[in-house]
Amino acid sequence: MSESLILTARCLRLSRRQVDALITALLLPVLLMVVFVVLFGGAIHTGTKYVTYVVPGVLLLCAGYSSSLTAVAVCQDMTSGCIDRLRSMNVRGASLLVGHVAASAARNLASGVLVVAVALALGFHPHAGVLGWLAAAGVLLAFIVAISGLSVAIGLLARSPEAASGFTFLVMFLPYASSAFVPVDTMPAWLRGFAAHQPITPITETLRGLLLGTPVGSNAWVALIWCAGILAVSIVAAGALFARRIA
Amino acid sequence: MAEEHSVGANENALALEATGLEMSYGGVRVLSGIDLQMPRGSVLAMLGPNGAGKTTTVRILSTLIRADAGRARVAGFDVATEREHVRRRISLTGQYAAVDELQTGDENLRMIGRLRGFDRSQSARRAGELLERFDLLEAGGRRVATYSGGMRRRLDLAMSLVSEPAVLFLDEPTTGLDPRSRQTMWLLVAELAQRGVSVFLTTQYLEEADRLADQIVVLDRGAIVAQGTAAELKRRVAEQRLVLRLVNPDALADVAWALGDRAIEVDRGELTIVAPCDGGAREVRALLDEIDPDRSAIDDFAVRNATLDDVFMELTNV
Repeated sequence: MSESLILTARCLRLSRRQVDALITALLLPVLLMVVFVVLFGGAIHTGTKYVTYVVPGVLLLCAGYSSSLTAVAVCQDMTSGCIDRLRSMNVRGASLLVGHVAASAARNLASGVLVVAVALALGFHPHAGVLGWLAAAGVLLAFIVAISGLSVAIGLLARSPEAASGFTFLVMFLPYASSAFVPVDTMPAWLRGFAAHQPITPITETLRGLLLGTPVGSNAWVALIWCAGILAVSIVAAGALFARRIA
Repeated sequence: MAEEHSVGANENALALEATGLEMSYGGVRVLSGIDLQMPRGSVLAMLGPNGAGKTTTVRILSTLIRADAGRARVAGFDVATEREHVRRRISLTGQYAAVDELQTGDENLRMIGRLRGFDRSQSARRAGELLERFDLLEAGGRRVATYSGGMRRRLDLAMSLVSEPAVLFLDEPTTGLDPRSRQTMWLLVAELAQRGVSVFLTTQYLEEADRLADQIVVLDRGAIVAQGTAAELKRRVAEQRLVLRLVNPDALADVAWALGDRAIEVDRGELTIVAPCDGGAREVRALLDEIDPDRSAIDDFAVRNATLDDVFMELTNV
């Protein structure tokens, strides 16, 4: 456990000092909010103020970006000799990977706070009580941990940090084909089935319901099951990929 | 860390011993039966060209991978079945400096200290000692990204010494360094050896093995082709080289066959053969008479001094 903490601190220190990535991580939430709310928002009709509609989507988009950094960092550690040194010191591989996930979660929560702050400045009026906020933070954290776990597996699969960063594309794309930015029923019929059933939609709907104080229905369970499933698959895959990587 | 020093029953063990290590990757034989013995407190250099299997050997001995066959004990413990005991007693400095560029030298060292089980203040104190000893005190507060190649290697070595290891593995510690930085690394390793650390190092440089090692093992294509002290190996390798130029390919084949394993290099394009000799007229005359009794095969010959490359070629071309 203490190994994980030491390595989490290392990951956080390293990501704080990656100036370009840090600037992107800080600017992205602000820019996305401004682009969606100020530029596109007027043209998109969702039945509520667009800023209110779009907050969950931007939260998930930023989480996706930030966890793709995790894939790159894991791949770097696996290819740089770092992992050899740690293993020769009897540090468990799992401690390193847990450190990466924990650092990713901490980074993401910080960017989440930034997103909400920008949203409030742009006129976001949440109707959540303390429990609603806590539940929303919990669901977001579940998503972050799941997708960070997935990033770790991708980082172990990729042969080079460049290949690992290609993962960004996939996770940045998924929220667009969900109810995060526009209602699913405005999409062409062939895309609707995918958009309604991919994990981002129930997670978005759950966050939206919790923040606005409206009923979330079965979305909450579907969202948590997706997160648990993604995490479980990621852990199994990461274990197998790590074993293959060090053989 | 008192437990580190309670070696108990393993007090008199060799620092390292291996028998019959074999390793293949995807059907390609990388190591074919390596036997090694390294007395406690000595320096063993594994000398060999690229692709000889040096790094694979280090990875097996430092518990990172399992050999397909054979056994090895390091610091008295089996590298396959007692990994954790081995890992607590070794340090590995790999071929590529495993340092975090975005952390300072001091932070890198303190992190290793914490992972080795020291508390915060112990780690900080140890980091300070090592920075001073490795002439990095001024650079300690700077990020490693600003370091020169030599400074990185010194930091990498310092990170291996945070908890004094019983056996230190150095995989090509000076490859890619400029001559001055190489000298500095040599001094540091020699100092470690004097302090009684057992060092297993790999190198492509004969000079490095000569300078640092008590024992040299020459590895070529996965097999040990020679071993001994630097002096012993030099004695095995003659000081002079006889370069023969043959009249045609048939003559080349005949003379190469007559020389047997004395032919160090056979160049079919240039029609030349290189063999060791002492450079004296008597030996050269006798050799020429022996391999070319009709005096028809050899066009001309020259005697030159053996270079370090020749020594290496002779040992790795068996």
